[in-house]
Amino acid sequence: MSHLVLEGLCKSYGAAVAVEALDLKVERGEFVSLLGPSGCGKTTTLQMIAGFVGVDRGRILLDGGDLASVPPAKRGLGIVFQSYALFPHMTVAENIAFGLEMRGIGKAEREQRTLDAMALVGLKGFAERYPRRMSGGQQQRVALARALVIKPALLLLDEPLSNLDAKLREEMQGELRQIQRSVGTTTILVTHDQHEAMALSDRIVVMNHGRVEQIGAPDTVYGQPATAFVANFLGKTNTLAAMGDGAGQVDVLGFRVPLAGAPAGPVSIAVRPERLTLAEGGFPARIKSRVFQGSHWLLGAESEAGTLLLMRPNDGMPVPAEGEAVKIAFAPADAALLTEGKAP
Amino acid sequence: MSFAASERSAPYWLAGPALLVFLGLVIIPLGMTVLLSFYDWGQYKGIVPEFTLKNWIEIATDSYFFEVFLRTFRISILVTLACVLIGVPEAYILNRMSPGWRSVCLLVVIGPLLVSVVARTLGWALLLGSNGLVNQGLMALGLITTPLEFMFTETGVVIALTHVLIPFMILSVWASLQRLDPQVENAAASLGAGFFTIWRRVILPQVVPGILSGAIIVFALAASAFASPAIIGGRRLKVAATLAYDEFLNTLNWPLGAAVAVLLLVALVLIIVGSNRLVERRYAQVFE
Amino acid sequence: MKRNGALALVFHLAFVVFMLAPLAIVCIVAFTPEGYLSLPTRGPSLRWFKAIFGYPEFLRAFYDSLWLAALSSTIAIGLAVPAALAIARYRFPGREAMTALFMSPLMVPHVVLGIAFLRFFTQIGLSGTFTGLVLSHVIVILPFALRLVLAASYGIDRRIEHAAISLGADTMTAFRRVTLPLILPGVVSGWLLAAINSFDEVTMTVFIASPATVTLPVRMFLYIQDNIDPLIAAVSACLIALTAGLLLALDRLYGLDRLFVGSGKG
Repeated sequence: MSHLVLEGLCKSYGAAVAVEALDLKVERGEFVSLLGPSGCGKTTTLQMIAGFVGVDRGRILLDGGDLASVPPAKRGLGIVFQSYALFPHMTVAENIAFGLEMRGIGKAEREQRTLDAMALVGLKGFAERYPRRMSGGQQQRVALARALVIKPALLLLDEPLSNLDAKLREEMQGELRQIQRSVGTTTILVTHDQHEAMALSDRIVVMNHGRVEQIGAPDTVYGQPATAFVANFLGKTNTLAAMGDGAGQVDVLGFRVPLAGAPAGPVSIAVRPERLTLAEGGFPARIKSRVFQGSHWLLGAESEAGTLLLMRPNDGMPVPAEGEAVKIAFAPADAALLTEGKAP
Repeated sequence: MSFAASERSAPYWLAGPALLVFLGLVIIPLGMTVLLSFYDWGQYKGIVPEFTLKNWIEIATDSYFFEVFLRTFRISILVTLACVLIGVPEAYILNRMSPGWRSVCLLVVIGPLLVSVVARTLGWALLLGSNGLVNQGLMALGLITTPLEFMFTETGVVIALTHVLIPFMILSVWASLQRLDPQVENAAASLGAGFFTIWRRVILPQVVPGILSGAIIVFALAASAFASPAIIGGRRLKVAATLAYDEFLNTLNWPLGAAVAVLLLVALVLIIVGSNRLVERRYAQVFE
Repeated sequence: MKRNGALALVFHLAFVVFMLAPLAIVCIVAFTPEGYLSLPTRGPSLRWFKAIFGYPEFLRAFYDSLWLAALSSTIAIGLAVPAALAIARYRFPGREAMTALFMSPLMVPHVVLGIAFLRFFTQIGLSGTFTGLVLSHVIVILPFALRLVLAASYGIDRRIEHAAISLGADTMTAFRRVTLPLILPGVVSGWLLAAINSFDEVTMTVFIASPATVTLPVRMFLYIQDNIDPLIAAVSACLIALTAGLLLALDRLYGLDRLFVGSGKG
């Protein structure tokens, strides 16, 4: 039995649909990200799991039990809010111990568990500090410790790293992943940051306009985007027009590419910039722009299939100049067939 | 009941007690007062709960009431003007002070607001009497030979009310000055504008909403002021509020007093709502 | 920002004199040793301050006023805190109208309120009672309490309360342990401002006070209507001193600019 099951979850605000028929199964100990642009319904989904937003239709099952009749205070979930939502009038230790106090846990055990939680997130010696006098990263750790100390059934993270600067965010990503692994709590992360989702998650749920576009492991979602939206939202991509023959092959600029499941007629395929190569035997193109980005070059090329983006590693090999004629190719395995709308 | 459902009914539970108290103690008494203004009254029969327009006709036809209301609004306009002329520059000066001095001076501005109106007006009665300090000073300076009459005059009432109400104007203007970007003044200066040009073209337009909302408050409070006109104006220089008081507690003609009060309320509400509309429409873009 | 010029300072000085002169004259006259209104040219005397104790009606009115202020502002804050939370946090039908109703005593002339309460209390038999005074004062001071609690409530992140609930706190516990401590400065200042306004109220109270229940300002007002003498100056001087003390306390507690300008810094 899956640990958390969302079944046909729906939520509208008046005429605006926030979440439409969301289905998701999360296994015990899994780290799942809800990824999408703002307004895609990811935060509403999290709020429904937490119980702060009512469910219009559908069910939320935790360990097989329906959460509908369980008030938020009794759900036993650990939540880290985007603003951290620390209690400003309490010290770090009081903040962390609050949930234990609500559970009526004795003073001695409370203190021990608070200390353990502080050690877990690397905040030893901060017990008497007030949140106001701490950096963003430290406040984040307090919020995490406060959520984890109650040994929650689920850990819900609402854009937890978005208020940190880029360098600190990367550090915290690693640490968050490591802490989650060590305590093994099933975790749902809401984020609009594709890098964060890819770095942290076992699986990513890409959402748009309240609907799920694709669910899968980070490399699958990146390498085999199911829809044009996923292809474009996660990293840069090239979309090429192709013609399917209905027999498992498509025609791209005169090249035949085997692509299982391709229908007959016009289709779109996606190829990542780093998977396009300069090779004899490819289709012709002309370099229009060349941008140096340190570890690689980004080349813009004009072809019959439209403007293409190529990535060339900065590996000492010569890079074509602007205006140069080149040949571009890709491996059939690197092409992904894009469907419109919902993934199968 | 789920959390979300209880969230929907929560505001009504929270505000319910206050709402009940206000419905019972504001709406009902005011409604009863409006009703009372349509009741009959006689010297010997007292209040008779029979519908009559007698009180309203009396107010509309007797020039005495017209005179009192005219005086009330004349005093209010003069007080409002005085508060604008003194309060606006003072607020600007306050805003330019160093924070330390400003908080001291703020005590001077706000302090009197919290002192009982009776005590403050008593001060003006002492100052403005024919043997008061103001007259003694003016005579010592040789500016006048005989004492000026302030007590029981509109001038005296205007002075005392200006003192009572000017803090509201200063606070209102100061609030809009605080929203002003101090760099704007420098920007105007860098473009070659002189002090008065900066004031007229840059600062004033931005604080006008503050001045107007301050003026509305001052006007409303001046028109409904009671203690100051009663003490400085004495028994003969009546304004609307003291007139209603007299009808109620001296003549005991409650229905007529109620009519005076209702008229004052309606006139004020019309003026306040009307000028608020005007201010909001005219300055909507400044407020946004 | 540029400093104030000499002209500005002269204007400011004149303004300060204008604001303080009536208060100062009251305090000075109160120290006169003479039996009539005059400046204490023969040196200050406490004669009239001592005389206050010979007029028990002033003392009784003072205690009644204190009681009335404490009681009515406590009731007002008790009504204002939940109402402010409702207005600050929820969008619900009737919200605007309700706020306008709660703020209306600021706009309705106190004379009108006084008349309305006199009529109402006479009808229901509360005329001239202390209960009537308390009820009417609750109404006129609630806007002050509400405004300050409202300002404090708007500043709180709703998610802080959600955090407490997600950690297992029920609604009451979340309010007591998290929300209330956060809005406490606003609640205390709101109470204080309400109490001061209740203590100073004269226009409405003059209608509903009876000889048995008279507040200090009303007693003073009625006294001044008959005659003005050093005794009333002494009483006023005491009142001014008391207010000055409270004002300093309020400034320490909350900052006067925040209290009155609302959007002030700090």
